Amino acid sequence: MENLLNIFVKSIFVDNMVFAFFLGMCSYLAVSKTVKTSIGLGIAVVFVLFITVPVNFLIEKYLLRKGALIWLGKGFGDVDLSFLTFMVFIAVIAAMVQLVEMVIEKFSPSLYNSLGIFLPLIAVNCAILGASLFMQEREYENVIEATVFGVGSGIGWMLAIVGIAAIREKLRYSNVPDPLKGLGITFILTGLMAIAFMGFMGIKL
Amino acid sequence: MSNQEREPLFSANNLKLFTGPIGINNPITVQVLGICSALAITVKLKPALVMAISVTIVVAVSNVVIAALRQYIPDRIRIIVQLVVIATMVILVDQFLKAFMFDVSKQLSVFVGLIITNCILMGRLEAFAMANKPWPSFIDGLGNGAGYGLILIIVAFLREFFGSGTIYGYPVMQKLGVYAAGYENNGMVILPPMALIFVGLIIWLQRSRNRSLIENK
Repeated sequence: MENLLNIFVKSIFVDNMVFAFFLGMCSYLAVSKTVKTSIGLGIAVVFVLFITVPVNFLIEKYLLRKGALIWLGKGFGDVDLSFLTFMVFIAVIAAMVQLVEMVIEKFSPSLYNSLGIFLPLIAVNCAILGASLFMQEREYENVIEATVFGVGSGIGWMLAIVGIAAIREKLRYSNVPDPLKGLGITFILTGLMAIAFMGFMGIKL
Repeated sequence: MSNQEREPLFSANNLKLFTGPIGINNPITVQVLGICSALAITVKLKPALVMAISVTIVVAVSNVVIAALRQYIPDRIRIIVQLVVIATMVILVDQFLKAFMFDVSKQLSVFVGLIITNCILMGRLEAFAMANKPWPSFIDGLGNGAGYGLILIIVAFLREFFGSGTIYGYPVMQKLGVYAAGYENNGMVILPPMALIFVGLIIWLQRSRNRSLIENK
């Protein structure tokens, strides 16, 4: 339990997707103009990560890793499919995003209407693929750890985008030098926020 | 097609496709594409250079493939087709790096895989390769790769120079003897936040020199 809590806190604050690894920056910069839309996108990201990371974990463990196919029989013991990782992960993500979109549309039209436009965008959000690849690199032990990591990363990303959106809303009233307006000041603000987040470095429960 | 004069390979138009993304239409500072992987690997020049070359190759080749196939790709599934082409190229690059430059491949860690979701690729395939012939698409890919690489190399140069006092691993500061005079490396520059601030400053510089790029809000 303590271990899970540790992974959770670490993936939100210490290894924050945006501030420590710059993942998902494209949509982070493009969609962070108002708080409302960024909350919508944030929830969608958490949701998709919650599904794709454990699914990719299971695929990695039972299909791709060297020796993972041993359950098929002795002859498959040394088959190594890990070079297919990227292709399989991105296919799973694209398929899952499509699936999630259809399920939400069927069962919760109101949620679909608020998330609708963001879901397709997520398939090419680096934070989603990044989380799966980090999950592979850090070798989590079981599927629960992987899920906790996925959700934590999503919440961390959401925290970042909602924070910057709130700052950008207030920024409209301030006098930014012309060439810095828009993109430039957003970069610098993100940098400053990242410095603040570095205060969490080394936290361990 | 018969009465249309064939465009020479290096016409002014094609040249513009190459120089545009390096300067006024830069993928990072103007189109806001591909920032995801751009910043994390700019601590040292060498991984940044390798990354820039990898992205250029992937972007140019997948641009050509998609441009060649553009008539045959059904509109509804084009994103999947594009992702498959990109993923194939990235797997090739990744296997090549693992085989011949293992240490750099370790430093880049997940960021080679993340070329797949690099927005430059999807952006250029959607915006350019789906509507143009293979050769202009190839040039467009090279240009965007170079524009991306340029920013990467500027940021990596600054971070390595101020952060570690070296240029491409060569200890410049030590040779100049400034440490003896009390100079210290700025450890802050190596940390992630400074990459963002450097890119912000580059954008500031570019937009103050080229005022047409300023966002009016």
